[in-house]
Amino acid sequence: MDNLLSIVTFLPMLAALILAVFLRGTDEAAQRNAKILALVATIATFVISIAIYTEFDPSNTGFQLVEEYEWFGGLTYKLGVDGISVLFVLLTTFLMPVVIGACWSVNERVKEYMILFLILETLMIAVFCALDLVLFYVVFEAGLIPMFLIIGIWGGQNKVYAAFKFFLYTLFGSVLMLVAMLAMWWDAGTTDIPTLLNHEFSSEAFSLMGFQIVGGMQTLMFLAFFASFAVKMPMWPVHTWLPDAHVQAPTAGSVVLAAILLKMGGYGFLRFSLPMFPVASDLLATFVMSLSVIAIIYTSLVAMMQQDMKKLIAYSSVAHMGFVTMGIFAMNQQGLDGAIFQMISHGFISGALFLSVGVIYDRMHTREIDAYGGLVVRMPAYAMVFMFFTMANVGLPGTSGFVGEFLTLSAAFQVNTWIAFLATTGVIFSACYALWLYRRVVFGDLIKESLKTITDMNTRERLMMVPLVVMTLLLGVYPALVLDLIGPSVANLVDNVQSALPETVTAVASAPSH
Amino acid sequence: MISSDLNIVLPELILAAFAMLALMFGVYTKKDETAPVITWATAGVMIVLGLWIAFSPMANRDAFNGAFIDDTFARFAKVLMLWASAIMLLLSQDYLRRNDMFKFEYPILIALATLGMMMMVSAGDLMSLYMGLELQSLALYVIAAFRRDSLKSTEAGLKYFVLGALSSGMLLYGASFVYGYTGTTNFAGIASTITAGEHLELGLVFGLVFLCVGLAFKISAAPFHMWTPDVYEGSPTPVTAFFATAPKVAAGGLFARVMFDAFNGAQADWTQIVAFLSLVSMFLGAVAAIGQTNIKRLMAYSSISHMGFALMGLAAGTEEGIKALLIYLAIYVVMNIGTFAFILNMEKDGRPVTDIRSLGQFSKQAPGRAAALTVLLFSLAGIPPMVGFIGKLYVFRAAVGADMVWLAVGGAIASVIGVFYYLRIIYYMYFGDEVDGLDGKMPGLHYVALMGAAALMLIGIINPFGLENYAALAAQSLLN
Repeated sequence: MDNLLSIVTFLPMLAALILAVFLRGTDEAAQRNAKILALVATIATFVISIAIYTEFDPSNTGFQLVEEYEWFGGLTYKLGVDGISVLFVLLTTFLMPVVIGACWSVNERVKEYMILFLILETLMIAVFCALDLVLFYVVFEAGLIPMFLIIGIWGGQNKVYAAFKFFLYTLFGSVLMLVAMLAMWWDAGTTDIPTLLNHEFSSEAFSLMGFQIVGGMQTLMFLAFFASFAVKMPMWPVHTWLPDAHVQAPTAGSVVLAAILLKMGGYGFLRFSLPMFPVASDLLATFVMSLSVIAIIYTSLVAMMQQDMKKLIAYSSVAHMGFVTMGIFAMNQQGLDGAIFQMISHGFISGALFLSVGVIYDRMHTREIDAYGGLVVRMPAYAMVFMFFTMANVGLPGTSGFVGEFLTLSAAFQVNTWIAFLATTGVIFSACYALWLYRRVVFGDLIKESLKTITDMNTRERLMMVPLVVMTLLLGVYPALVLDLIGPSVANLVDNVQSALPETVTAVASAPSH
Repeated sequence: MISSDLNIVLPELILAAFAMLALMFGVYTKKDETAPVITWATAGVMIVLGLWIAFSPMANRDAFNGAFIDDTFARFAKVLMLWASAIMLLLSQDYLRRNDMFKFEYPILIALATLGMMMMVSAGDLMSLYMGLELQSLALYVIAAFRRDSLKSTEAGLKYFVLGALSSGMLLYGASFVYGYTGTTNFAGIASTITAGEHLELGLVFGLVFLCVGLAFKISAAPFHMWTPDVYEGSPTPVTAFFATAPKVAAGGLFARVMFDAFNGAQADWTQIVAFLSLVSMFLGAVAAIGQTNIKRLMAYSSISHMGFALMGLAAGTEEGIKALLIYLAIYVVMNIGTFAFILNMEKDGRPVTDIRSLGQFSKQAPGRAAALTVLLFSLAGIPPMVGFIGKLYVFRAAVGADMVWLAVGGAIASVIGVFYYLRIIYYMYFGDEVDGLDGKMPGLHYVALMGAAALMLIGIINPFGLENYAALAAQSLLN
């Protein structure tokens, strides 16, 4: 299996093509066939991707399963995974069948819906595998198109605004990154990511229009990449597109967005910002960590006051992503381990939370928290699952949410006590909003007339939840499953970053007055 | 001597002779009934000439004491223009017939305009430059007003003519300065009087600036773009479609030709001018298109913006930049052929409509065509994986490589603004409210053009058909 990654990447695309060409008609049978084909394709993709896991050798810190072909204009089509990216590929293939399952209740333009999700899967996997700068940019950006259409066509009331905001916001961040990438291409003479990882970009200070740019080229490039990844993450204060997009997106769209698309930002920091611009990362680490802490506290407080369930979970996502950026820019082993772990775990938990909202939204067609209450009476299984993921979201020990938060907090503590102290309050706030949400929706008396006939989760919904529950628990009690896999690569990354830092710069950056 | 000269301009001679013959044929036979025959014949001749030029052995030659240059750069542009003109000509038939203006002069005027464009990109002397430019412009003035009984069309023609004459005047004024200060009209002669690195004489700077103004007008770069929206809107749609394709290539090619062949030594001076034109065009095109609901006006602003991006390649002033310019123009032409194949068929109750709101929920009515147009619009917006992105990638790369990061950043921001109005069309087609649909018909040829262009935009990302090798050769021939 020389082309394992290509097969995994393009299998969903192939299924999308088959759907587009061969599936005719819009009647119920055709819709059903479209859904089944998409489900089979995503499951097949996951099964094949297990081979990536078995073939992957964690002790090797280089890129593995590499494929390289010439593209055009000196570019290469190059795929490969290392310890940092391999789990994101698996996360994507693992979650996509669940996402397709969440599409089951859609019955408008089903064929197109399935095609878009399958194309999106191909693009997402390709983002995590791409080892060529331009290839990465192409797939990174291309993912906007299916998501734009998914929100715009199948979204809620205010879908047009949300779709445009999503597209323009994320695009704006990325085009600056494109310019920086081109500058890197000229500087290093190649777009090969493994080569670029070892290329030393100039960090000599120079002055631009009267401003002294400390860190030189690296700082400017770092900021350009930061614009893209910070929007994608999203970090405060450029997070505002996310609540809109989440609220308006259909359930499956929200799940993909929260569980996978947001991770591209964190992955970008780990793949590009940190290893390629270590001096600039070090210079700006305090700045990024401060933004992260603001995000953790501020968005947790905002989440508390939301009337809309999806919006609440969206803000909670922003807060949790704050832990990720805080961990990444602590720039030590625990921080990076924790950040990756948190992203994987958040993929399961936030995905499951959006699915939970989807379950009751499908029945009641509202996401207003006030419209619910006392669901436990009629929906015991649902109450159980929702409780589990609420707790996981809060970071209860034993669930995967705890491990990520704990690791990132302990990493931050080593670097800056105050930041760790302030970020820890976020854990408390998250308990406030999550438990309060749970109380208002699930507990209490079932007094609302409209809820009297609500039914519990059906088999399909239960089946969708099972893998997520299993993974959340498994990673919670046995985090080594993830940490052993990423450990060597992360250690290698941390070593490289630390050795690239000149002594003086480190001294300046850690001085409080800076 | 003269026979070898004639041998070099043979393709142009054939096209000219063909145009004359076709004119005679039309006049002395059944006039407008011969229009379809002449159209097909013209398109055939253009395609064959394009093939001939494309497959003749590469050589850099010049004729008539350097007044006519036949190099790979000119050939690249000629092949592109000939094929684009032929395709646009074939696509215009149905529209012209339906709107009762399918006259036999139309294909002949297109042939003459194309002839003028071929002269333009081959010009090696200010005289032949002007000759080619005017031959092209005069033919275009006439076809802009081709719908004689429509107020808008005649207004468009007249406006185009008056403003075009003004710009030609400026160009001539500049040319006279250049001649006055260098003593020659020959590009090579002009180049030999300019020493790189030294300051230009003031008179020559004047001449250069006026030449640039004239050329910027022809390529519709801001701030000399004012005619574009009105002419695009007023002209019959097939004429608009034609304006948006081949003439842009000709003007871009001519711009590069003059700057590199005549003023290569003064690069530091003209790259500033071109960079300014580029930046202003990109932003103006992007911002002004936001408010448009008329798709022809919208495409006019889109073309202004696109010319800004293309000029970014020229502004870089490097071989890389010329390559980027040519790649950009080639991709731009293909995108416009596809998009206009669609616009030509926007009709309701047999009457052409141009309001983009009439596309409401078009995706339900014709999913295939809506998807194809969506691909083309994303490509025009420069979103990967559509090929339009490759064009942007190359011009940005050229700008960054020439230490013009600010221009690339400006272009990047402008492209985000520009995305908005392309998305708006997609919004009407997919998310908008349902309206009284357009007529569903689309002739086979248009369907093929639309689908073919969309398919090229998608497949091209795998490998852009060797386009970049040809463009690289062409750029090399221009610089040496």
